[in-house]
Amino acid sequence: MPPDPLIDVRNLSKSYRVHKRPPGLGAALRSVLSRKYELVKAVEDLSFQIGEGERVGFLGPNGAGKTTTLKVLAGLLHPTSGAVRVGSYVPQDRDPRFLQLITLVMGQKQQLLWDLPPSETYAMNRAIYDIPRAQADETVRALVELLEIGDLVNKPTRQLSLGERMKCELVAALLHRPRVLFLDEPTIGLDVSMQAKMRDFIRDYNLRYGAAVLLTSHYMDDVVALCPRVVVIDHGRLIYDGDLQALARRVRPDKRLTVRLSRAVERADLEKLGTVVSADAAHAVLSVPPARLQAVVRDALAALPIVDLTIEEAPLEEVMRELFGARAKAAQAKDAQAKDAQAQETQAKEPETKAAQAQAQAKEEQEKATQAASGARDETRAHE
Amino acid sequence: MTATTPPVPARPGLGSEIGRAAKAFPTLLRIGVSEVVAYRAEFLVWILTTNMPLVMLAIWHAVAADGPVGRFDQRAFTAYYLGVLAVRLLTSNWAVWQLSMEIRDGTLSAKLLRPIHPILALAAEHLSAVPMRAAVISPVVAIMLYSGWDRLLRHDSVLLVILLASLVGAWLLIFFSMVLMGSLAFFAESALGIFELWLGVHAIFSGYLVPLEALPHWVRGAANVLPFRFMLGFPVETLVGLLGRHDALMALAAQWGYVALFGLAALWVWRVGLRTFSAYGG
Repeated sequence: MPPDPLIDVRNLSKSYRVHKRPPGLGAALRSVLSRKYELVKAVEDLSFQIGEGERVGFLGPNGAGKTTTLKVLAGLLHPTSGAVRVGSYVPQDRDPRFLQLITLVMGQKQQLLWDLPPSETYAMNRAIYDIPRAQADETVRALVELLEIGDLVNKPTRQLSLGERMKCELVAALLHRPRVLFLDEPTIGLDVSMQAKMRDFIRDYNLRYGAAVLLTSHYMDDVVALCPRVVVIDHGRLIYDGDLQALARRVRPDKRLTVRLSRAVERADLEKLGTVVSADAAHAVLSVPPARLQAVVRDALAALPIVDLTIEEAPLEEVMRELFGARAKAAQAKDAQAKDAQAQETQAKEPETKAAQAQAQAKEEQEKATQAASGARDETRAHE
Repeated sequence: MTATTPPVPARPGLGSEIGRAAKAFPTLLRIGVSEVVAYRAEFLVWILTTNMPLVMLAIWHAVAADGPVGRFDQRAFTAYYLGVLAVRLLTSNWAVWQLSMEIRDGTLSAKLLRPIHPILALAAEHLSAVPMRAAVISPVVAIMLYSGWDRLLRHDSVLLVILLASLVGAWLLIFFSMVLMGSLAFFAESALGIFELWLGVHAIFSGYLVPLEALPHWVRGAANVLPFRFMLGFPVETLVGLLGRHDALMALAAQWGYVALFGLAALWVWRVGLRTFSAYGG
């Protein structure tokens, strides 16, 4: 935990009351008279802290509660329980000084005035945030230069491409020089080169102003490039908080050995060295346990026509897939166990039921599936 | 939070927030005017849809051809309905539609992130449409001046001051009532349905369709205690000389009482509603 956290989330829970209605006219009419609501727990007992100047990736599958958490941190949503502080403020109080401290950029939403040029949004923000004109002009000039959008700020927003709009959006969001950046999918829909520019820009802003960054993104390249630390949640609960590389090593310890070949080789020759991830005439990618890495490299150099060789961690996408896959399996096994226990109860008189067998099987399956995830939890505790 | 957590700094006073908003207001108004100009075609079409007073004028003009209805002859009807058109265009706004839509689709989020009260920003946005509307209604006002000149404001400068205050009051009353009903979208999906109902009652008790004087005694009695007359009928009655100083001052006091009441109610519903805001999609 940072000594003096800028963002402090303790035991945060947020639930929504959602109206449930099956499809069809009959259900629609019935819902007029009697409505059924379901309580959806978006975030459960979540705690983490972020210090000044930190860049943290906030990861999880769809519906994990990332955006809900960001909205609570930005003061848009009131927590159901728990406590949140950003700086010395409670976000949901929406103190103007707190709003001056933060920004929330959502890749799919915009604050730019649609029919007016972005420069008008900047003028509006300058007035609302009460920024001295000289400072605002200087900030706009610096940001416009960094993002290379000189001529765009005077074109109506509706005439800009998605990437151009996103850059202009960032200028509007950063005009008041916030110390805390909540970035929700800031590179969504952008092409590869634009994504890279955005990443450079965010890192540059972080270094220049010492701003804390909490980033969600489904592009793992964003996370790898920007965030030494990640907070991972699933079903609203914290499952990992710590170093990104350590997470990768824990969940996917095998190293990724990539070789460039001067000529094609037999697949069988590759399989002798490790698990073949992909292979063609000129390249091969092998997955190798760390303990065997040295020996495999030596053997590969001796046996294969290698032009170039690199050793990397497994890609973060795979790490995440494995982590969440293991958890999903565990959850399924738990569900099956619960169902079977119920079935067993109804057939309680039978000495040995199929349900009991299935339960035992499910338990075994669950134990196996949670092994990968438990490693991640250990890492979280170590970090704390 | 644990005992080591530093205390939350005291929130700046309301005066500080209003001062800050007042500083930003000129820029917000300027940008609002730019937006209205950008949406000029849509804006003009919207204005042209407010044609009911002209329809009612045609009907009552024909009725008064056989003789005056109470104090209304043909010229008085012309002045009244053109007055209704002018006051309606000057004071109405679209806050209820905007607010309920922004709450439901979550776009309110972007406004909640700014260090200015969203209702103040909304007021600036809607006020900035007034100059353009004033320009559009100037021919209507010219005809009305010609038709009703002999009775206009009873040629009394005090009534002119009361009229100006009543126009401000009507704008605020309509704005706050719209914010109040728009904020119901925090709790109910049918906030606009409630507003449609409100509009139906408004049409009768505000003097929008028929001058209140021409309605049965009990309707007039009800109109005097309901808020609708103070949104439209009262300024128009003052404008076309139907009210003397005393009656106009009494009505002005009642109008501003309603402004305070609706203002407080709107802010309360807003504040309570914000706690339930789900920010879906935003």
